[in-house]
Amino acid sequence: MKNKDSWTHVTGKSIYIDDMITRSDTLHGIVFASSVAKGKIISIDYSKAEKAEGVVRIFTYKDISGENQIGKVVQDEELWAKDEVEFCGQPIALIVAESEFLGRQARNLIEINIEEEEAITTASEAYEKNMILGKPRHFCSGNTKEAFENCDFIFEGKTFSNGQEHLYLETQGCYVIPQENDGLKIFASTQAPTNIQVIVSRVLGIPMHKIEVDVQRLGGGFGGKEDQATAWSTMAAVAVQHLKIPVKIILNRHDDLYMTGKRHPYESTFKIGLTKDLKIKAFEAKYLQNSGAATDLSLAVAERTMFHATNSYFIENVKTSVYSCKTNLPPNTAFRGFGGPQGMFVIESAIAKAANEIGVSKEKIQYKNLIQENDSFYYGQKAKKVETKKCWDIATKTFDFDSLKKEVENFNQKEKYFKKGISIMPIAFGISFTVISMNQARALLHIYQDGSVGISTGAVEMGQGVNTKIVQIAAKEFGLNTSKIKIESTNTTRVANTSPSAASSTTDLNGKALLQACNLIKDRLKKIAANHLDEKEEDLFFESNEIKGKQKSIVWEDLIELALKERAQLSEKGHYITPEINFDREKEKGHPFSYHVYGTAISVVTVDCLRGIYEIDKVHIVHDFGKSMNEDVDLGQIEGGLVQGIGWMTSEEISYNGNGRLLSNSLSTYKIPDLFSIPKEIKVKALETENDSAAIYKSKAVGEPPLMYGIGIYFAIQNAIESFNNNYDLKFHSPFTPEKVLMSLYEPLKQKNPSK
Amino acid sequence: MISFILNNKKIETDTFIGETLLDFIRENQNLKGTKIGCREGDCGACTVLIGELKNDQVQYHNITSCLSPLGNVHGKHVLTIEGLTPENSLNIAQQEMVNHQGTQCGFCTPGFVVSLSGYVLQKPQHNSHKLSTVLDSISGNICRCTGYKSIEKAADAIEEKTTSTTSLEELISKGFVPGYLKEIPEKLSEIPKIKKESTHKYKIVASGTDLYVQQADNLKKNDLHLITHFENSEKIQFENNHCILDAKTTMSELLENEQLQELFPSLEVYFKKISSAPIRNMGTIGGNIVNASPIADVVIILLALHAKLTIKSPNNKREILLKDFYLGYKTLDLLPKEIITFISFPISKKPIDFHFEKVSKRTHLDIASVNSAMQIELENKFIKEIHLSIGGVAPVPFYTKKTIDFLLNKELTFSLFEEALEILDQEIAPISDVRGSSDYKRLLAKQLVKIHFMTLTPFIF
Repeated sequence: MKNKDSWTHVTGKSIYIDDMITRSDTLHGIVFASSVAKGKIISIDYSKAEKAEGVVRIFTYKDISGENQIGKVVQDEELWAKDEVEFCGQPIALIVAESEFLGRQARNLIEINIEEEEAITTASEAYEKNMILGKPRHFCSGNTKEAFENCDFIFEGKTFSNGQEHLYLETQGCYVIPQENDGLKIFASTQAPTNIQVIVSRVLGIPMHKIEVDVQRLGGGFGGKEDQATAWSTMAAVAVQHLKIPVKIILNRHDDLYMTGKRHPYESTFKIGLTKDLKIKAFEAKYLQNSGAATDLSLAVAERTMFHATNSYFIENVKTSVYSCKTNLPPNTAFRGFGGPQGMFVIESAIAKAANEIGVSKEKIQYKNLIQENDSFYYGQKAKKVETKKCWDIATKTFDFDSLKKEVENFNQKEKYFKKGISIMPIAFGISFTVISMNQARALLHIYQDGSVGISTGAVEMGQGVNTKIVQIAAKEFGLNTSKIKIESTNTTRVANTSPSAASSTTDLNGKALLQACNLIKDRLKKIAANHLDEKEEDLFFESNEIKGKQKSIVWEDLIELALKERAQLSEKGHYITPEINFDREKEKGHPFSYHVYGTAISVVTVDCLRGIYEIDKVHIVHDFGKSMNEDVDLGQIEGGLVQGIGWMTSEEISYNGNGRLLSNSLSTYKIPDLFSIPKEIKVKALETENDSAAIYKSKAVGEPPLMYGIGIYFAIQNAIESFNNNYDLKFHSPFTPEKVLMSLYEPLKQKNPSK
Repeated sequence: MISFILNNKKIETDTFIGETLLDFIRENQNLKGTKIGCREGDCGACTVLIGELKNDQVQYHNITSCLSPLGNVHGKHVLTIEGLTPENSLNIAQQEMVNHQGTQCGFCTPGFVVSLSGYVLQKPQHNSHKLSTVLDSISGNICRCTGYKSIEKAADAIEEKTTSTTSLEELISKGFVPGYLKEIPEKLSEIPKIKKESTHKYKIVASGTDLYVQQADNLKKNDLHLITHFENSEKIQFENNHCILDAKTTMSELLENEQLQELFPSLEVYFKKISSAPIRNMGTIGGNIVNASPIADVVIILLALHAKLTIKSPNNKREILLKDFYLGYKTLDLLPKEIITFISFPISKKPIDFHFEKVSKRTHLDIASVNSAMQIELENKFIKEIHLSIGGVAPVPFYTKKTIDFLLNKELTFSLFEEALEILDQEIAPISDVRGSSDYKRLLAKQLVKIHFMTLTPFIF
């Protein structure tokens, strides 16, 4: 089944926040933010702005009836800065005006005096000054110290992976309408409607039941609208609480880039030890996460880095530490992969370094160390139903890795100024929220008296296709055509206390909740049908708009009419929690994931050694779909995730100056992949596995894992550079921009540095 | 008063001409299918089609409506996603996007569909015109969800299905585009042309592709002098071994000119690295010159062509070499009432021994880290004439005078080339910024110059 919104999408009829019909007196909010990364606010003069044409009122922390606090996990983030600013782009006030244009004009008239202090922009600076958020985490298995003593090769190195801007095409936004009795209805572009409800309740000092949050769909999220979507709705809510007039906030692109957090940059060090037969005996890593100025989701992101520190490999002795370093950047946040990609980049770098120093190919070391059935991940979870080796073997066989490699070698011998590079990237990505309590979801199912079906869940549709899959579930269970099933908006009054749509698990959780609701109604309908048809309940099944028994059947609509007459309950809710997951944060051991998703990608690139630019020839993937319930949607996730990962590794370069001001602050300076920069060929082969019943219909989660295939591109480019420049000293500093490529291609022989 | 046709509706408005077409469409006309993505022409979510009457036919091209002043669409047909959707069905671009799952979150989708529909509408003409491909039509559209492969497949299917179409009538009868489009030529012909005005206003605006990125709010507030309405019939002319370009010539018009293609066999390669199709459809040469960006692609090309500007003011007309036009960073030898009207360059031979290079973080739809162009004329291996320009290495689009002076009238050998690079190295002064470090730009500049010589004078290597 194709994306259920295809028709409205291609005709431009899909409604996003900025397209909603608004009340004619709707006002517009423009956020006034700090242009300084760290400092004390000495004075702010709003008087000229307040008098400006069209300005209704300017709101600041003084107008907050509840708490000036929007931190969800840790309460360390003000809605509007009071005395101090801690990042450039930190909101200070909201100008509410008759139009966006007038609001922007007024914003230019605000005079602010901030006593600027020295800003910290890198994780290592913050680490040295002991600016750490939360508790550092230390995971350990085996004994690395002893193990290193028995290694034949030991290598150390450092890596840097830069942040990444989400660049959802629809910027952050909300529309807040006053309701009776001081209630609020909030339409928001958010992955986390409940978060908004919780925070608005706290900031306005009103109970949650007065706040209704509704989400139709998002024009992209990628993690950037999980915690970071909350502030805007909260600001508008404060304004509405005072004015009793609807307020809309749509950030323009520049404000969005400048005010919101991104993927966390990481500075890491590693030590890897191998035996002669290329077994990785020991691995140590220390991750310095650049968390930005507030905690946001940083601690959970850091935790997932730890879980993916060894990627798809089994290593007996591992010791890792992660520090969430507080800097004066916007609070960095969730982004597809959620710390996993950053962890994987380090282990892949360590293996690349080892391979280069030992003089073997990287894939030899990778293959030798792939995790196998009943090995344990170093945080304690026993690897079950492991598909790493299978994915690798099928990928290298199906796509004939050996000939690809031979082709690359032949090409490189022949060509002087063009060099090809090749790499393999295996992935193993854990599915579940690592905060156990978040692994729950609910669904509400109505069957209307004409037989049509309406479904509400906690899932937010942001392009990932969750609503399409939800429709499929109901259609399959009731044997109905999908046109009879409607997915309602995600609304906190229909499904409450929802987890954000995140962690790749939205379909698993909400789909399974729906499945429960469907089964309850099916059982009820079966009773009625059995009675009516004189058939046994256990013989009945739902198919092609009918409930069929051995002999007789009844049409769906007739059955519903009958059920209604018998006063049967035709609405149900489902509630699902993921079983069998646990994690002990004292011991740092447990079983945090419901299951893992596996895969292997083979990448080939061509580097233009005169210009330092490159093209991606091919990416061939074997991916563990489980048993895909929607190949159209899942393939879209694989290709889209891959390309996003490639962007992170190649052209997407976040750049702040030393004062913490974002330089890559527009689409002309921040370059995500375009049509011409993607791989010329992407092949995806499905590894069908039937093992995981934890996934809905055994169709495994697919949102985040494919992003990490993109990491392979870094190493393919590096591989090409190695064959052009013998002097090149391997560096692990992503993204591999054309600048870094050219500088690497012409890097002179390294002077031996005695200190390292 | 400006008047134009929006989809199937005649619009006459006094709304201020400096407002963007995008805001007019969304706010004034409540057509919400055209999306706001970046307001700087870099994402394509706001793409619309502009149809212009030429020889009783309407020719369509796509533009980003965020960068177009409303006043510039006077007398034209503006097509949005709403106007491209047939009643109760889908046009071919829409159908193929659905068929190939080219849409996920859907926010960029209308922009892609509009661009692809524009390609379909131009298909009957394009079948005789090989340059523009279906993928070029969506070169200005960014998608963050799909990874583009599915969109590529949709585009290929559109190409295949429309390949034999020869007329608008055929496109309509096959249900590829809505039927009302056949009535547009007549409706457009009824709109009177705007009379030429001479009063000086806040700002002279050609297409606005750069001005609207930075100062859309100011342009909305103030009165503008729009100049692209007043077109000469032939913008690109050839006289006395010179090519003379109207300053209002767009990048697309340059790219599509057959005589220029003969002069520059790699014209297509050069221009497809310059911005994207919708921006090239708007951006003018004159605008690129006065914008004075140190990395202006077309300026770099024209510098190496030894171009000359014709500058007019109400009472005067003068000529100046382009290389002498830039006095400092964004400082021009141009008085307030002066306007560039023509740009001309000599045609030394056909084709011209010319080469252009551009490297940016992303190869397409990006601003150069460094760009460079060179023209060289040899006589018995002696350098008779050479022009070499480099962008991104100085406060202005840089004409490498010292290097040129060094090379002139010498015998070209590999060692001479190497010496020239050393002089070049001293002559350029790149700074570190978001487009690269100074060390990188320095190395890259030399690499690009090397490529010029490898391409134009391979015998020395």
